[in-house]
Amino acid sequence: MSYLPYALAVWIFVVGLYGVVTSRNFVHLVVCLTLTQSSTYVLLLAIGYVNRATAPVYADVPQGTKAVDPVVQALTLTDIVVSVTVAALLLALAIQVQKRNGTLDPDALTEMSG
Amino acid sequence: MTRQLRIGLFAVSASGLAALLLWAVAGLPDFGHYRQRYGLLLQQVAVGERHATNVVTAVVFDYRGFDTLGEELILFASVIGVALLLREVRDEAARLRDRMRSDAVGLIGIGFAAGLLVLGLYVIAHGPITPGGGFQGGVVVAAAFAIAYLAGDYRAYRRLTPQPALDFVEGVGAGGYAVVGIVSMLLGSAYLYNFGPLGEPGTLASAGSISILNIAVALEVSAAFVLLFTEFLEELSVMRAQGR
Repeated sequence: MSYLPYALAVWIFVVGLYGVVTSRNFVHLVVCLTLTQSSTYVLLLAIGYVNRATAPVYADVPQGTKAVDPVVQALTLTDIVVSVTVAALLLALAIQVQKRNGTLDPDALTEMSG
Repeated sequence: MTRQLRIGLFAVSASGLAALLLWAVAGLPDFGHYRQRYGLLLQQVAVGERHATNVVTAVVFDYRGFDTLGEELILFASVIGVALLLREVRDEAARLRDRMRSDAVGLIGIGFAAGLLVLGLYVIAHGPITPGGGFQGGVVVAAAFAIAYLAGDYRAYRRLTPQPALDFVEGVGAGGYAVVGIVSMLLGSAYLYNFGPLGEPGTLASAGSISILNIAVALEVSAAFVLLFTEFLEELSVMRAQGR
């Protein structure tokens, strides 16, 4: 059972990809991509977890208390910011697609134009 | 490629990918038994060296501060990208005119916005001490402005967030971070090396330049998110005006 959180990250990743592949709408596709990326948060935080440890914040607990890894938490923070920027750019692109083609269905955009 | 073929291809390749990923994670240390080395070292030295009781903030703004410069600039570039993608000649008369008529919603919204603003500033200010910091607090502050739009009307939102002020705040946030690094160099140490009075750990005036970088990021993040809201709301107003 000790590998379950990692398997969960793999599961979220594959389900997110399934959503991307079968998507009928660009906004839905962006949400699925964000979900796919969120699997990396689960993976990073699961790797850094230490049994019976607190958060790496020593405001209330004495220094030397067993704490989870602060480096992966900082990486997760970076990850979330990158995910948000990607989502914002892709949503802006989705608006342009809707304006130019009048549809948000990726399957309806089979031909290149412009 | 037909849809059935695509899904079939995905089913085969995804199961292969899932198998490989599961094989890979099986080689990781048991959950909860991470043999942290870098992290453990940081936990031991962060409070003593940097007077920051939140080790995550110390990692983000100090030990790996250079990474955060890149992270902040990604957000900056993304806002520029969205603004470029959604640019167009916007007619002032086409601005969203629908107005929230309900006084109850307006009043509750203002209450929420005020509360969120205070919460955001609290989270920013206590970044080096308790969980939080410029990124998290900046998003909360930006959310307060989004609530102001929901509770009021679009023109009130724009009056609250004038474009020149937003551009200025975002620029100061992004540029300020880089400038703090240069100040470190002028003081004779490495780029972004922590300088300045470290103060008493656990107080607001602690952690030296971590606090300055924290505020720079907070300015950048809150302005960037409000700019993103504004771009998308502008788009909505144009679409509404054209009756779509």
